[in-house]
Formats: sequence, C-alpha cells, structure tokens
Amino acid sequence: MDFDLGEEQVMLKTSARDFLDKECPKKLVRDMMDDDKGYSPELWRQMADLGWHGLAFPEEYDGVGSSFLDLTVLLEEMGRALVPGPFVSTVVYAGRTILAAGNEEQKQRFLPAIAGGETIMTMALLESSGDLEPSGIAVTASPSGQDFVINGTKLFVPDAHIADHLICVARTKDGTGEDGISLFLVDAKSEGLRVEVLSTMTGEKLCEVTFSGVTVPGSNLLGKLNGGWPVVRNLLDEAIVGECAWMMGGARWALETSVDYAKEREQFGVPIGTFQAIQHKLANVAVEVEGATSIVYYAAWAIDENDPGKTLAASVAKTWCSDTYKHATFEGIQVHGGIGFTWDHDMHLYFKRAKSSQVAFGDADYHRERIAQLLDV
Amino acid sequence: MDFSYTPEEETFRDELKQWLTMHMKELPEWYGRRDIAGPDVDSQEYHDFSVWWHRKLYDAGFVGITWPKEYGGRGGTIMEQVIFYEEIARHRAPGLSNAHGIGWCGPAILAHGSEEQKKRYLPKILSAEEIWCTFYSEPEAGSDMANVQTRAVDGGDHWVVNGQKVWSSGAHVADWGVLLVRTDPEVRKHRGISYLFLDMKTPGITVSPLRNITGTAEFNEAFFDNVRIPRDQVIGEVNMGWYVAAGALEFERSSAGTAIARENSVKGIIRLAKEMGHNGDPMVRQKLAQLYVETMVLKYMALRGLTHELREGRPGPQGAVSSVFSMEFNQRLQDLAMEIQGPYSRLVRGSKHAVDHGRWQHDFLRSRGNTIETGTSEIKRNIIAQRVLGLPRQ
Ligand SMILES: Cc1cc2nc3c(=O)[nH]c(=O)nc-3n(C[C@H](O)[C@H](O)[C@H](O)COP(=O)(O)OP(=O)(O)OC[C@H]3O[C@@H](n4cnc5c(N)ncnc54)[C@H](O)[C@@H]3O)c2cc1C
Repeated sequence: MDFDLGEEQVMLKTSARDFLDKECPKKLVRDMMDDDKGYSPELWRQMADLGWHGLAFPEEYDGVGSSFLDLTVLLEEMGRALVPGPFVSTVVYAGRTILAAGNEEQKQRFLPAIAGGETIMTMALLESSGDLEPSGIAVTASPSGQDFVINGTKLFVPDAHIADHLICVARTKDGTGEDGISLFLVDAKSEGLRVEVLSTMTGEKLCEVTFSGVTVPGSNLLGKLNGGWPVVRNLLDEAIVGECAWMMGGARWALETSVDYAKEREQFGVPIGTFQAIQHKLANVAVEVEGATSIVYYAAWAIDENDPGKTLAASVAKTWCSDTYKHATFEGIQVHGGIGFTWDHDMHLYFKRAKSSQVAFGDADYHRERIAQLLDV
Repeated sequence: MDFSYTPEEETFRDELKQWLTMHMKELPEWYGRRDIAGPDVDSQEYHDFSVWWHRKLYDAGFVGITWPKEYGGRGGTIMEQVIFYEEIARHRAPGLSNAHGIGWCGPAILAHGSEEQKKRYLPKILSAEEIWCTFYSEPEAGSDMANVQTRAVDGGDHWVVNGQKVWSSGAHVADWGVLLVRTDPEVRKHRGISYLFLDMKTPGITVSPLRNITGTAEFNEAFFDNVRIPRDQVIGEVNMGWYVAAGALEFERSSAGTAIARENSVKGIIRLAKEMGHNGDPMVRQKLAQLYVETMVLKYMALRGLTHELREGRPGPQGAVSSVFSMEFNQRLQDLAMEIQGPYSRLVRGSKHAVDHGRWQHDFLRSRGNTIETGTSEIKRNIIAQRVLGLPRQ
C-alpha cells in the first residue's frame, strides 16, 4: 500500500514548479489574455524541449513513456501557473485520442509532431446545445466517394484559431444516439472551414468553427466508422481528470496565497489570520484541497490501470474539484478584502478560471446525476 | 503509487476473513437482522454481548495488532491493523469493546507508562478483562481541557483527589479510569496537570448516569470525594499529564476502516431511498451522489494519510483534516436518511410502521455527538488553521 506521489513524481513536480515560476510569470499570463494567438511560442518550445508534450506517449512515438498520473502531476503545476495556450487541447484532447483510436500511420504522423512541439491540435466536440451527450452532436459527415463532407457548426472549441489540425466529432448516420458518430482528422486549412474566436472571461481562446462542405479524405477517419462515441467517452474521462488536476493546482495556489496574506495583513493591531472567522474559512478550504489532491491522484491512477471504476472516479473528482476550486477562490477574494477585488491582484485570474473549469465537461450537478446513474440509484 | 498488498498481508486478510465467516455464525439472531433491533446500547446485556465478541477476537489474536507481544498484543504491522478495520467493516461484524481502553488509556500507558505498568495493565485492556474509561472533561474544562480543577494533593504514599468529572463514557461499566487532575495550582495551567489512573472500586467515587439525546445513558458524571489513589498510579511524570493526554491516538489508524464503514452506510441509504420509492426524485439523487462523492474523497484522503504514516513513521497533518470531515459527513448522511423517510422519519424504535425498527432515528440522534466528542469541530478547525496552515494564535 503506497498511495501518494513517488520520488520521481515529486521531482517532476518540483522541477515543473521551478521552471514555471521563472518562465511563466503572471505578466505572461496577463499578456496572453489579450494576445491574438494566446500563447507564447517560446514557452511552447521550451516545454516541448523538456519533454512535456510527449510525456504520456510511448517512446516509439518520440514520447517519454510516462504514466497518465505523471501527466496529471504536470497539469497540476500548469494549473497553478495558469499556463496559457494549447497544451491541453493538443496533448490531451487530440494526442490522447489519436493514441487511443488512431491507426499506426496516423499515430506516426501526428504523435511525434505533437511530442516535438511542432504541431498544435484540438478537438471540436461541443455544439450550440452545449450538451456532452451524443444527442448534442448534429454536425454531419456524409460519404462522397472515398471522402467525407462535413457540414455544421461547432462551438466552444479551444484553440482552433491556431490549430493545424482538428479532430471533429460528427454524425455519419441519422439519429441522436451513440451509434453513428465518427471522428475525423481535419486539416485546419481546408476549404470551407471558418474559425471565429469568442471573447471569454478568462482570456482562454474558445472558438466557433463552421464547416461548410469541408472535404476530408477517408483515410482521415479516426477509429471505426460510426464507432466514435466510445472513443469520445474514453477521452472525456481523461480530459475530466486532466481538468481536475489543473483545478486542484489552482485551488492550492489560492489557499496558499490567502494563508500567506492572512499572516501578514494586520487590522486591529493583529494579523487577520488570528481571527477565527478567517481561520475557519481557510481550514475549510484546506479540507477541500486535501480531499481534491487525494481524489485526483486516485482518478489518474484508475485511468492508468484502466480500472472499471475510472468513469465513476472521474465524475467523483469533477464534482469535488468543481466545488473546491470555486470555494478556494471565492474565499480567496474575501480574505484579501478590497485588494482581492482589484484587477491588479492575481486572485481574479484563478477565480475566473474556477468558474470556467466548473462548467467544463459538466458541472457538479451534471456529474452527481451521472454518479447516481452509475451507482444504479 | 500502489494499492496492492504484500503476500503476508493477503495471508493475514484470508485468515481474518475465514475467522469472521466462521464465527459470525455464532452472533445472536438480532445482530444479523438489518434493523439491529437488539438490546439497548446502554444495557448490561449489550455490554456483555460486546465483551463476549471482543474476547473471541482477542483469543484469535486480532486485538492490539500493532501492540508488542509482551503486553498481549500481536506485534503486527500498521497494515495488518488497517486490514482488520477494513474486514470488520466489510463483513459488518461488531467491532471491539473497551473503546476507551484501547483508544486512549492503553496508548498513553504504552507511550509513557513504566515497564511494570505496561506488564500489569496492557494485557487486560486488550483482553477486555478490565474495562477502562477516561475522566478528562469537567464542567469548567471542556474544549479548554487544560483548565481541569479536580485537585490531587500529595498525601505521602498516595494522592487525595477531590472534584467532578463529566461526560465520562462507559464509567458505569468501567473497572479502571484515567483521570486528569491538577497537582500544581501555582504554575501555568498546562504545566500543573498529572495523568493518574484508578480502580473504580476505590471508595469515594460516585458515578451517576446522564441520559443523552437518544434517551440512553452512555455517559456519566462522576464525583470524587477524598479518593485515595496509590502514589505510583501516575502515567508519565507528575505535572506532565497534559502532554500524555495530548499524545497520539489509536483512532487515527482506524480512519481507513471507517471510510469503508461509511461507504456501507451510503449503500444502505441508497437502498432505503429505493425501498421508499424516492430514488427517482432528482433532488434526492443529487444528495445521494454527493454523499458518495464525499465517501470516496474520505477514503482516499485516509489512504494518503496512512501512506504518510507508513513512510514517515508518524501520522501526517491529514489527521485533523479527515477527522473533521468524517464526523460532519456522518451527520449529513444521517440527516438525509431521515429526510428520505418523510413522515416515517418521526417513528422510533418500538413503534408500528417504524422504518428498520427505528435504527436510523437512533443513528441520526447519536450523530449529533460526533462533532463534540473527541474535540469539537471548531477546535479541530483551530488545529488545522494553526498547526497545519501555520496561522497565528490569538
Ligand atoms: C458522546 C460524547 C462522549 C464523550 N465522552 C467523553 C469521555 O468519555 N471522557 C471525557 O473526558 N469527555 C467526554 N466527552 C466530552 C467532550 O470531550 C467535550 O464535550 C468536548 O471536549 C467539548 O467540551 P464542552 O462540552 O465543555 O463544550 P465547550 O468547550 O463549552 O464548547 C461549547 C461550544 O463552544 C465552542 N468553543 C469552545 N472553545 C472554542 C474555541 N477556542 N474556538 C471556537 N469555538 C470554541 C465549541 O466548539 C462548542 O461549539 C464526550 C462528549 C460527548 C458528546
């Protein structure tokens, strides 16, 4: 029995923390919120050189061959630093999907390029309903000779404006159910594909992607024809746990920053941290953050082991982390008083991120209902 | 990260499982029933039952698993102790008796007692031949435990004790008790306390039961009127009793097992919701799922705490964190169990139509004590803020 990070994971965590403290200061985070591209090509290159992009890919695809848990540890630190850019879109949404469902040729074509930091990718999943279920997928891909022709609009697609390729989740058969959904690798420069960046509270680049008769060769079908949904579902487990790690890292930052402030800031002649109202707020957040750390590592472990309980674990983690990150940053602002409400203080960067992460891949209510179903309530 | 057990640990688990399967057949008929409608928990019959079962576990070598062999323990590992709690929970078997002896008094003797004291008292604590209770709290010393006023005066070869204790669980059935007393009123309050123990048959002790909100009398108040305690019946040094009382507790280790017991309770309440036809209600579904989320978080938090202890040789800061969460979780669970029963939640044990013979009603009422006993939630939050987060004290 040994349930915590191992020595190498602790080293990875420490070195990622040191690197990001130096190379990803809040100034960069803020600059990228207003930047058209939304990421720093220099930081991107450095992270790729450190092997981060290929961390959880096998060595045969130029990866490091580490576990999903290792990637989780890295994402925790990236969430703490609020690293801007398409890392998660490229490595998790696209990379892990290709690894799981791609044929050998597709893996060889894309994974080494991702690992090397040479390509940016994303997944186009959600549509106007915002629905995470198969019923939310209405974009169609119709066969035309050896090719497929995609029509329809995807929404909330992260980083599509800078992506070289997108994975599009589309209907290849009429209906609203699971059956008849397929995945396609689409060149972002294809004719008929239009990307429009939406303005977000966090500065993350979410896009509307319109497909007007976009033709993709049949060889770009990813996985089985009409059998795409299980692939999406599998990816969702990983994406959820990845998001949770990101949230947990941010929540811990909010807790630590608030604790530090409560020790320094004096009112009534004493540090505000001596007031019990402040102590108990922070103690509550500490309980939640400790819990988040434990459940996220467990959920990542379940993915590595392909444990039958991994979907349940992902939902449990997302429910918990959605509430934790929100509470940590809500209380974070409160503990800081007026300063916490300013644009200049960094707390709002995390607070906004907490709100957007809360609804990413389903909020706590959504996951509680999913848990109820999985437990056969 | 590795959730597996060593072959030795698996062997221990198999041995325990076999033992439980065989001996649980001997449990009384009322225990096997889901409603557990047996004798009242404060009755002599219940006490005898729980000591009987405890003795069987003891004879089979399952009590005091990490305690040294020379004091009647098994000399086993922390993991074996954890496996014990896990399997007891999984089999829904009765737990140990002599909770205060094993959880508080014994560990204090083990950590601070003399060799002679260890040899004399520990084996009989483990075997439950001698039941122990704790006299810490007083009317003026609850959360502020260092404010104890019960006085022990040096009488040469003995102490003379006068004062009052309160909330003393099980004092009515105890053979021995540990007693926090003031031995030096002149120094700062933490410095003048000693940790004595006494035979409950000593003249001058009056124990009278206090009924708690469930209606049963599990705790008592106790009066000490010129009670003479032999001089050597002190654990640790004289005037150092505060530090003995504040030492490590056995229950830290049971948290992994508790997590499994809590998981069982969540399954129980899901069954209840189905039986009462409320499982389709979206609000109820949300609340049940939230409870499940919390049990999972609790479980993995406990396992991380355990890992910390295995790696570092001492419990980590997660202890206070899991404790406050676990206690409040149980209150939320019991409250929801009542809510799900609608008007039936008003019917108690003995009533016609009472759900599961009123066990939920009892458990709901009893759960209100969870955030008071072993230190209130507020005190535990103070500890988290000050000792885990390092915030300044007032
Ligand atoms: C079921 C049960 C079994 C028990 N068994 C035993 C036993 O066997 N032996 C024994 O010695 N004792 C026992 N106790 C007593 C228990 O340890 C005390 O009740 C507990 O420590 C609280 O003390 P109190 O009741 O005096 O409450 P108080 O200390 O008066 O507390 C009242 C309220 O004030 C709050 N408060 C107090 N101080 C602070 C502070 N510094 N900051 C914030 N809030 C504060 C408390 O949290 C609580 O909400 C038992 C209690 C219960 C309920």
